[in-house]
Amino acid sequence: MKKFLMGNEAIAMGAIHAGVNLVCGYPGTPSTEILETVAKNNDGSIYVEWSVNEKAAMEVAAGASYSGARTLVTMKQVGLNVASDPLMSLAYVGVKGGMVIVSADDPGPISSQTEQDTRHFAQFSKLPVFDPSSPEEAYAMIGDAFALSEEYGTPVLFRPTTRVCHGCASMEIADTKTVNKPEGFIKDAKWTIFPRLSYQNHLKIEERNPAMGEKLSSYRFNTITGGGTKGIATGGISYEYTKEALGDCNAKLLKVSTPHPFPEKLALAFLNGLTEVMVIEELDPVIERELIFLCGKHHLNVAIRGKLSGDVQQAGENTVESVKAVLHNYLGLPAPEKDEPLPPLPVRPPVLCAGCPHRASFYAVKQAMKGQKAVFAGDIGCYTLGNAMPLDMVDTCLCMGADITIAQGMQHIEPDVKHFSFIGDSTFFASGITGVVNAVYNESDITLIVLDNSTTAMTGHQPHPGTGRTMMGNITEKVSIPAILTAVGVKEVSVVNPFHLAEAVEAVKKAATHKGVSAVIFQSPCIAVSKPSSAYWVDSEQCAGCKKCINEIGCPAVSMDGGKAFIEPSLCFGCSLCAQVCPCGAMKGVQ
Amino acid sequence: MTVNCILSGVGGQGTVLASKLIAQAAMDKGQNARTAETIGMAQRGGCVVSHVRIGDEIHSPMIPKHSADVIIGFEPAEAVRCLPYLKKGGVAVVSRKAIRPVTASLGNSAYNGSEMMPYLQKEAAKLIVVDGDKICKACGSAKVLNVALLGAACASGMLGLSMEELKTAISKRVKPQFIELNTKALEEGAKAAEIMQQCEE
Repeated sequence: MKKFLMGNEAIAMGAIHAGVNLVCGYPGTPSTEILETVAKNNDGSIYVEWSVNEKAAMEVAAGASYSGARTLVTMKQVGLNVASDPLMSLAYVGVKGGMVIVSADDPGPISSQTEQDTRHFAQFSKLPVFDPSSPEEAYAMIGDAFALSEEYGTPVLFRPTTRVCHGCASMEIADTKTVNKPEGFIKDAKWTIFPRLSYQNHLKIEERNPAMGEKLSSYRFNTITGGGTKGIATGGISYEYTKEALGDCNAKLLKVSTPHPFPEKLALAFLNGLTEVMVIEELDPVIERELIFLCGKHHLNVAIRGKLSGDVQQAGENTVESVKAVLHNYLGLPAPEKDEPLPPLPVRPPVLCAGCPHRASFYAVKQAMKGQKAVFAGDIGCYTLGNAMPLDMVDTCLCMGADITIAQGMQHIEPDVKHFSFIGDSTFFASGITGVVNAVYNESDITLIVLDNSTTAMTGHQPHPGTGRTMMGNITEKVSIPAILTAVGVKEVSVVNPFHLAEAVEAVKKAATHKGVSAVIFQSPCIAVSKPSSAYWVDSEQCAGCKKCINEIGCPAVSMDGGKAFIEPSLCFGCSLCAQVCPCGAMKGVQ
Repeated sequence: MTVNCILSGVGGQGTVLASKLIAQAAMDKGQNARTAETIGMAQRGGCVVSHVRIGDEIHSPMIPKHSADVIIGFEPAEAVRCLPYLKKGGVAVVSRKAIRPVTASLGNSAYNGSEMMPYLQKEAAKLIVVDGDKICKACGSAKVLNVALLGAACASGMLGLSMEELKTAISKRVKPQFIELNTKALEEGAKAAEIMQQCEE
């Protein structure tokens, strides 16, 4: 049947049709919709979970694969860093049921901390990797990935990029699915990794990979098209940009859909008769280095150009225009048209939503610390947006969970400065808890602020251990953040609604004066999972036009209109924060 | 034949649904469609752009610059931001109302959207300005600007889709309780565009 699917939906449907038995992952843009789509289309035969983090997800999947299940693990590229410990060892141990690990890369980056390249992770871990160029290809490739995984008894990486994940396309999908009945776990020494076994398996892997590369040289999505003496090598979404930029122009085109193990035989056939190759890829020059290596190995006199030669941009996304510019220089294609200069446009960075409880939490801490020297270590989530003016409350952001430990490091060096760390509820469960234990054990003096909005907000409101809901639709016991903090030895723990501003400020002041680790948990649900109250409005008679509401909290619903504050009714969530900040009592709500 | 349509606005305005409706209507006619969406951090009140491409010989999910047949601007400055994508002879369908970013309020910028109109007028072969507030009021919902703009774009003839085809797409993609509301918004948007086009003629 013909369907219009997003790349992530296509990956999910491909896995379902391939008979996947277990799917787990941790939310992260641009990968999140894969697992959600499996859950939405689950006939009850697939076990689906949001795991607490990527490492847990990969280990759960490994256990299921040991037992003969087909498993899918989903994450964004930085999630693979978290899961790298099980990944590296699993590459040596192998699997029984097919295991496909989706790690979505994010050239740009559009929603990520790094522009790392999962293809490098594949080389590093010596695992095969698939690199789809479109949503429909991703659908078709998932089945191939499961088959390859089972043929070689190895986990297989699958790395779409943002434009494949979040692009939608019309495609034919199957009406039926393969049924895979797991045999169950069979005890064997091979499942327990020891140095001796690692040595033996290392030899096997080194023997296997060239053979796999040879086999992949005839893989249906690794292709050579066109002709001539000038070649273009590409893969992933850049293949589509190149096709579009080339139009009717003929060039010999190599498409690499399995960057590791590299399909050397096919690449040699491509290089034969060429004088020059331009490599067009995003993130790292992976294909480029492979071709340079091949030319050296086989003493070929072919000039390989790309990122390393300075012909292609080193960072950021490719586009049809950027590829056209490269091909203009390389093949003499028409140069891309120049853009007309635009008039000055308002800057529109992403902001915390109107009614977002994080705004109130940040503001409360800021008020409590007024006049004191304090550092605010932030973390990954919507609340990273607390860095923007006028809040300006995120001094550092590194990676998931690092707020708590970064604050400790700073505190050891500057004990007279007050150090705060801010962490969201989902991040707390993902990788915050060990940091708190570290702080307690090592007698750190920090104040932890937990921004508990009852959901994983930034990635689109996934449940987590604190929500009491699972992806199987079950209601489970909520894991309590205050109980965890108390259990690991945090002596000063309070729970406050950040929209009760005066109370919130007092709670922060009390926590800040506590010697040792203290915590304030700000509890108020994300606006996306709660109902709005009546909108506030401005009594212009009472408004002095002082702009305190704008200059202090920066709510997108509040602006100035004719010298007076104005609240946009379609945006206002009725949170009341502006009314609590207004010195004139001009913000009116339904009492 | 290929149709390229850009939808640009501010996170939360509903560009994604509008782009899905266009793609659905095209697919129902037996055409192939591709779209690219902004999902993630930018959705929080930042600039969002949806690319919709209809036709068989399409590779890139993103529309190349200077090749969009129509820009549907959910906000005046966001329409201007996407003008480099508009082809010569392309049409701009734009909501009149400005959404002032917090940065503008903080920085005392006087931006109100009207300053964008002469520029759009100059660059687009045809400019259709839609009074979204009026239509939302008539429909009794602040959430239908997206479908109203879609109606106006349909009336411009640049989407290659009929109103009936879009209505069928709405019935497939929108929750049952909101189909009537969205159908009305689509019609109101088309009506507004038709009146404006008649006035010009």
